[in-house]
Amino acid sequence: MDYALIWALILAIGVFVYVALDGFDLGVGILFPLLEDEQERDTAIGAIAPVWDGNETWLVLGGGGLLAVFPLAYSVIFPALYVPLIAMLLALVFRGVAFEFRVHAGRHKRFWDHAFFGGSLVAAFAQGISLGAWLQGIEVVGRSYSGAWWDWLTPFSVATGLALVFGYALLGAAWLNLKTEGALNARVNRLIIPLAAATIGFIVAVSLWTPFMNERYAARWFTFPTMIYALPVPLFVAATVFTLWQSLKNDNALRAFLSAELLFLLCYIGIGISVWPHIVPTAITIHDAAGPDKSLGFLLVGAVVLIPLILAYTAAAYWIFRGKVKHGGYHH
Amino acid sequence: MADFSDPVILARIQFAFTVSFHIIFPATSIGLASFLAFVQWRWMQTREEVYLTLFDFWIKPFAVVFGMGVVSGLMLSYEFGTNWSVFADKAGPVIGPLMGYEVMTAFFVEAGFLGVMLFGRDKVGPRLHFFATFMVAAGTLGSAFWILSVNSWMQTPAGYGMNEAGQFIPLSWMEVIFNPSFPYRFVHMVFAAYLTTALVVAATAAYHLRRARQNRTTRKMFSLAMWIIAIVAPLQILAGDQHGLNTYEHQPAKVAALEGHFKTRKAAPEYIFGWPNMETGEIDYAVSIPYLGSWILTHDFNAEVVGLDQFPREDWPNVNILFWSFRIMVGLGLLFFTLGCWGLWKRYRGQLYDSPRLAQFALMLGPTGYIAVLCGWVTTEVGRQPYTIYGLLRTSDSVSPVAAPAVATSLAAIVVVYLFVFGLGTLYTLRLLAKDPPDSPAEQQRGLLDQGGRRAVRIWRLIWPGREV
Ligand code: HDD
Ligand code: HEM
Ligand code: HEM
Repeated sequence: MDYALIWALILAIGVFVYVALDGFDLGVGILFPLLEDEQERDTAIGAIAPVWDGNETWLVLGGGGLLAVFPLAYSVIFPALYVPLIAMLLALVFRGVAFEFRVHAGRHKRFWDHAFFGGSLVAAFAQGISLGAWLQGIEVVGRSYSGAWWDWLTPFSVATGLALVFGYALLGAAWLNLKTEGALNARVNRLIIPLAAATIGFIVAVSLWTPFMNERYAARWFTFPTMIYALPVPLFVAATVFTLWQSLKNDNALRAFLSAELLFLLCYIGIGISVWPHIVPTAITIHDAAGPDKSLGFLLVGAVVLIPLILAYTAAAYWIFRGKVKHGGYHH
Repeated sequence: MADFSDPVILARIQFAFTVSFHIIFPATSIGLASFLAFVQWRWMQTREEVYLTLFDFWIKPFAVVFGMGVVSGLMLSYEFGTNWSVFADKAGPVIGPLMGYEVMTAFFVEAGFLGVMLFGRDKVGPRLHFFATFMVAAGTLGSAFWILSVNSWMQTPAGYGMNEAGQFIPLSWMEVIFNPSFPYRFVHMVFAAYLTTALVVAATAAYHLRRARQNRTTRKMFSLAMWIIAIVAPLQILAGDQHGLNTYEHQPAKVAALEGHFKTRKAAPEYIFGWPNMETGEIDYAVSIPYLGSWILTHDFNAEVVGLDQFPREDWPNVNILFWSFRIMVGLGLLFFTLGCWGLWKRYRGQLYDSPRLAQFALMLGPTGYIAVLCGWVTTEVGRQPYTIYGLLRTSDSVSPVAAPAVATSLAAIVVVYLFVFGLGTLYTLRLLAKDPPDSPAEQQRGLLDQGGRRAVRIWRLIWPGREV
């Protein structure tokens, strides 16, 4: 059995679940300054408070999983992305504590609102930069990173950073549209179309840019036969945008949210098509990076049993907190 | 002194700083999660209002502390890659899967049920809500299980081989997970978390007792915490002793350093105080008890004990730090034991809530559990130096190829952010603890532990009649 391949798939799914879930709650943070008053902010936080910790845990799975099954990739990618990763982690510190702190902070409450916004924004931007810096390629000599510590900063990585900020904001708006009512709902509803437009603008820009980063990518997209897999992706993107627009017109908030998520999935698949079979573009392949079968097999046993279980109780938690959030959110 | 242009030193400071902050939060959340599950279980059994009041009081600080634990832990799991990439590449195949299991069996369990525990009581009914609390508590213990297995493997590696790429590879997972020091470290750390939390709970109750001695919620809080201290403190001393004997077997240089034994000798003394001098190999200003050193390590007054002279100088850990961190931990452990005994005595006299001196003592010891925990970890980790994987991989060979300025900048940013964020977090937590707990109805005051206490007193009377209770 090819453990490396199976694990690449599991990790890819894990990272996507992270993006899909934490994406919308980071997005809520990014939209924070656009909310009217304290009560609206409490409601918005209430729409994510019971689930954010679970969402973020997929990020731990991504990091930990990489260490466990592709230790070489982990030890090359992380030093290469040193600065954006540390920035992301510090931003997540501010944002993560803000959930509880703002409730108990008394006079400092406004400060933690700002911290929640700033943390979400910086975390999203840093993740986008990391994505771009990874996609543009990482220099490797032997078994370690050989570039400089600011190689991650390029116009391309800044573009992917902005793309993710707008993309997450779109997810956040679509989520709040689903979970809230009244004036707040009307406001986020109006934001969805402009945010979607901006996101798609960035998707187009980054997509056109990527093939020029590296001739391998260009070959994927513009030569036969791999073109056959690649070409439908832009078509699906167009169809999804249309569905999003339709669902908004018909007031189908759930479908609008899912269309926005689908947009992310399609971009994700597109990136996968570009970089395959590398895990460190374009230096190290999945098979080169994989740990010994004994490690991959041992963890696979657990993953096969536990990940479905995790998905089940995560779904149950979302179900328990289904429906619109009451004004002012939850309390304990 | 430290050389701040050396990325190894900087990375070590950064790791020590972040992990020391982190451990403070898990030590609290492991203990509080179990405590909350316990009071909720008691409430399900007895329906006494007081347990619910206690639950509502402690869930708020728990939520704050838990949040801080999550974000500080996230930092750690990425730091292995950013700062210790060579270590990660080499040890990943062995420790990675263990951390993978930690995520899947512990972090997801905690996170998945935390929302229901914190916000779901009105939505799911008492049984399911208790189940959520229970699962969160189980998750914290599971997390301790796996991460301590990882740490213990780095201290006492077992069940591994090497491949051509220079990586450690697993040969037997049972031997990797249950490596020689793991059972001791796990028990010692869980007791440490329970003890630390009980000290905080007792101090909180003591603070409120001094203001309103008749408040029944406060009394219950104090009583429960004092029971935990009385039970766990002696067990912890026992566990620590066994842990030390195990370490003497597997890491004799560490024990030689923390005992201050420079020379191998028979009938070694036990140094109580002193200042180890690494130049001369003597303990300056020593206050010692003859023969006791040999007895503690071998349970024989005349046996020979291994000294640092058996090891090459470059393999010595820092003796001064170890000697003192160990003594502070043990000294505090003895103080906790004293508090436990004093509490039992006052309880026996029926004056548990009426002794201002006892309350004062409990209040003073409140934060010291954290000091003991940190000193314990410093003993363990500094004692492992100069290796990250004991005897196999040196710390200086583990570090990432990241330039010193990057590490220095990130270190500075981390220090500023941590002091600010976790400083304010501590302030908010203390504010929550200072809020007066609401009183509970009187008629329902008879709890399991009170009954247990009375039974214990009755048995005691058989042994020593004529004592008033
Ligand atoms: C998973 C493994 C692991 C775990 C659970 C811990 N450590 Fe550790 N520790 C390391 C893995 C490690 C390390 C990565 O291996 C370091 C970094 C540099 C080194 O030598 O070891 C280290 C270094 C290190 C140092 C610096 C020692 C020196 O440079 O002389 C201190 C003071 C601590 N740690 C303290 C702690 C504390 C307070 C912990 C409680 C949570 C802790 N460690 C848990
Ligand atoms: C280097 C060592 C460590 C690493 C890499 C690490 C990693 C992590 C991570 C990533 C989280 C956040 C999980 C989430 O998102 O829910 C976390 C939380 C936690 N960690 Fe650690 N940890 C370390 C040391 C320890 C130790 C020594 C213990 C206990 C003995 C411990 C117990 C916990 C617990 C109980 C939590 C849950 C959150 C909380 O209690 O606040 N960790 N840790
Ligand atoms: C009073 C008697 C105690 C003794 C004899 C004792 C002994 C030890 C020893 C020998 C170690 C180092 C083990 C190694 O590195 O291999 C250790 C570590 C540790 N101790 Fe203690 N200890 C005592 C009390 C305490 C108390 C009261 C606490 C906290 C409340 C505590 C918390 C810790 C922690 C957190 C560690 C690091 C983790 C570990 O290795 O288990 N200890 N202890």
